[in-house]
Amino acid sequence: MSDIVHSSAAELAARIADREVTSVEVTQAHLDRIAAVEPAVHAFLHVDSERALAKAAEVDAKIGNGESVGPLAGVPLALKDVLTYSGAPTTCGSRILQDWVPPYDATVTKRLLAADIVILGKTNMDEFAMGSSTENSAFGPTHNPWDLDRIPGGSGGGSSASLAAFEAPLAIGTDTGGSIRQPAAVTGTVGVKPTYGGTSRYGLVALASSLDQPGPCARTVLDAALLHEVIAGYDPADSTSINAPVPPIVQAARSGDISGMRIGVVKEFAGEGYAPGVEHRFAEAVELLAGLGAEIVAVSCPNFRYAMPAYYLILPSEASSNLAKFDAMRYGLRVGDDGVASAEEVMAATREAGFGAEVKRRIMIGTYALSSGYYDAYYGQAQKVRTLIINDFARAYEQVDVLVSPTTPTTAFKIGEKVDDPLAMYLNDLCTIPSNLAGNASASFPVGLAPEDGLPVGLQVIAPPLADDRLYRVGAALERVLTEQWGGPLLSRVPDLGGPELEVVA
Amino acid sequence: MSVMDAVINYEDALAKYDPVLGLEVHVELNTRTKMFCGCINQFGGEPNTHTCPVCLGLPGSLPVVNEKAVESAIRIGLALNCRIAEWCRFARKNYFYPDVPKNYQISQYDEPIAYDGHVEVEVDGQTYQIEIERAHMEEDAGKSLHIGGATGRIQGAEYSAMDYNRAGTPLIEIVTKPIEGTGAKAPQVARAYVSMLRDLVKALDVSDARMEQGSLRCDANVSLRPIGQQAYGLRTETKNVNSLRSIERALTYEITRQAAILQTGERVHQETRHFHEENGTTSPGRSKEEAEDYRYFPEPDLVPVAPSREWVEQLRGTLPEPPAQRRKRLAAEWGFSELEMRDAVSAGAIDLIEATVAAGAPAQSARKWWMGELSRKANDSGVELESVGMTPAQVAQLQALVDDRTINDKLARQVIEHVLAGEGDPAEVVKNRGLAVVSDDGALSEAVDAAIAANPDVAEKIRSGKLQAAGALIGAVMKAMKGQADAGRVRELILEKLGA
Repeated sequence: MSDIVHSSAAELAARIADREVTSVEVTQAHLDRIAAVEPAVHAFLHVDSERALAKAAEVDAKIGNGESVGPLAGVPLALKDVLTYSGAPTTCGSRILQDWVPPYDATVTKRLLAADIVILGKTNMDEFAMGSSTENSAFGPTHNPWDLDRIPGGSGGGSSASLAAFEAPLAIGTDTGGSIRQPAAVTGTVGVKPTYGGTSRYGLVALASSLDQPGPCARTVLDAALLHEVIAGYDPADSTSINAPVPPIVQAARSGDISGMRIGVVKEFAGEGYAPGVEHRFAEAVELLAGLGAEIVAVSCPNFRYAMPAYYLILPSEASSNLAKFDAMRYGLRVGDDGVASAEEVMAATREAGFGAEVKRRIMIGTYALSSGYYDAYYGQAQKVRTLIINDFARAYEQVDVLVSPTTPTTAFKIGEKVDDPLAMYLNDLCTIPSNLAGNASASFPVGLAPEDGLPVGLQVIAPPLADDRLYRVGAALERVLTEQWGGPLLSRVPDLGGPELEVVA
Repeated sequence: MSVMDAVINYEDALAKYDPVLGLEVHVELNTRTKMFCGCINQFGGEPNTHTCPVCLGLPGSLPVVNEKAVESAIRIGLALNCRIAEWCRFARKNYFYPDVPKNYQISQYDEPIAYDGHVEVEVDGQTYQIEIERAHMEEDAGKSLHIGGATGRIQGAEYSAMDYNRAGTPLIEIVTKPIEGTGAKAPQVARAYVSMLRDLVKALDVSDARMEQGSLRCDANVSLRPIGQQAYGLRTETKNVNSLRSIERALTYEITRQAAILQTGERVHQETRHFHEENGTTSPGRSKEEAEDYRYFPEPDLVPVAPSREWVEQLRGTLPEPPAQRRKRLAAEWGFSELEMRDAVSAGAIDLIEATVAAGAPAQSARKWWMGELSRKANDSGVELESVGMTPAQVAQLQALVDDRTINDKLARQVIEHVLAGEGDPAEVVKNRGLAVVSDDGALSEAVDAAIAANPDVAEKIRSGKLQAAGALIGAVMKAMKGQADAGRVRELILEKLGA
């Protein structure tokens, strides 16, 4: 079993297709692993064993009948609990949606199922994707498999932890300000935020519509590309979806050729606030890229310093409106309906009881920022900053093909360390936010462990819209040379989490 | 229900105050599907059957703009002589109400699809120019059903139920600039404007425009200012105005009510008011003293709408004849006098007459039925003429029966009664009810003989050449025949028998 849960998705798919192993066996191995390590990790909010095994059996039958199947057929996946999957609860990590079972599938979910991927269950997250640690989940935090006392990142900490804990070889995340990339960085996994409009948001419960984007999470660059290809592409149900061909991402992930590529190092993302180990591993990785034939250029993006304040106006503004629908009238939690209270009173009582502190904070900030008399000073001004940031990127892309930076200023911090300091928490997304504001493609790849704490460090690659393939080129190049250096995947160094099947591989 | 307001005489009000109007008209489009989803766009239906994750606002669902609705919006804009935006966005209007599934309505705010237009309406031979501020696209809300109360309103109801069939219906809101200078004609100008809009959107075939079903709704704003003053007074917005007649009544009432307040030196409350069909009054609705902040911002789930100039020009080519031009043409074709035409327009009879003529009736006959008997019937039952219960084809058939002398005018009126009672087409009614005139000379001859015998002195007058006396005998025969006789033939028989 150990070889199954430690395999990459690409390997598993090949073995399933060759009938060396069945999808049912693979799925069962992961369900067993989940049962063994969940008490320690808590990556899942809902495990859907029955439907997972049924789907696996269906895929096995297809393969048995000689039917053609996709490149990830029969491989299990963990789905962030912010995407609808009919028949399974979608809670978004919130009490207000505790028992809501959506009657429809997100486009991403539909494409996963159509690609014969096996959905194991729904992963934990910060409530409505607001957070960088998964501590804002109403259902308890997720623990980082590298150190169970530490956070696995957020909002998609459940997805990243499920990969690092070998509970799933693939996961889906969503990234509004770094919710795929930051968890990937702090768990030593791969996370990609596609170009805005590159993957469909239909069925993704919106945090901030103009920033949200679903994307692939995996342990290898190729796995991420294969998954990215399954979920990418135009969706007429999402008006902001781009009607253009999906860039050649799988090809890029297989090639890893970066010779002649111009790589810009963002000057602004270094110095004060950056952990020495993070800067060290980042600098090493840049050296490696240079050694592989890339041209390294220092690039300045002066307006990035305004990205964080602009983001924390735009996001809460959109969120305050997006989250208005949770009012107890049609679905979800209902509090205070004693037959006498008015609809308005029930709405207020439900929202009071159903939303956590961070959600309330952002709803209040957003409501304020959109108020008449304040709109121009806050929301309007933030949108102008957004334009400046887009212009910074455009200027940078005149000089370089991609930009790189550390994904996060620090490695994983301790659970509870920053819960009372929202601003310190927000700083985790300092480097990741500009991409969301500009709609760029962006990814985080593991580049080693920080010497001072032995925790994973991520390198962020940013490419222009619709140039997602460049991310995979850089990621694959790094992965190849680093894996060789390390003598195996970084994740083989994840501590033993217990469970019967945990003899060390590699 | 409503506290009795003080009002003053309309003429007195207008002697002192100058009304300024502002009209907001919502037109429900007749697109096959809703504004942002694939649900069928149809009036009625079992509650919550024309719904999907999108129009129910379920978490994760996203809107997609109905291109046909954009096309209709542009055509309406062009017909109102508006400029069409080269680029515009939707905006979210945020407010909590159970019939708004997302707790925001997708509308347009500072970037409407059409703006700066104008139209002309005519009242009593005078032309008024109405400036159009904007026409924008939005989605309708669901319907609240308040159950258990006496009035069907939220006050006193035991509970409320929601029907989201209407949620997401495409709407075009057409807003005028302040309409000044209409004086005492203000209510009539408002009515004429809405009537014109109704004709226009029907001619464009973009809406059913049925006021009684709410597919064309008017919010009537009015304020008064002392004659000679430039600054506007405080206005009220009257909702629930569901017919052309109600627009006129509601505004007339508001003018007299506001004048009474101003006369005592008090201020008019800026508020929303509800019109009451049954007694022609208005009563306060939601107070706007606490101005609601809708926190508009551009809808991030939708990309901007950027109609190409080619498309706009192509749509301009599809516009029907402008109503005023059409009226002139029809008046000439039909040989109507200016007065006849004006009456037909204000009765909303133009389309009906046109359809009746198309079905084969002479124009003056069509006018006679629609403006006469059928207008009376519509008025009696308080419905619009078009909803009176008789179709243009049926009116044409009725006239054909008169023309071929199957029935006479008096019988025709009886036939109308039966058609309105739902007994079928005029021809069926005539057949089933045996209403045809008796052209059997035998029966007529007997009746004439009897009438002559019963009125010897009248008969003598006719014999002596006083032919006008024949009327009395004709009347007697018609009475005996219960009206089912051709009066012309009766006259011929009488004169024949009396050798006159």
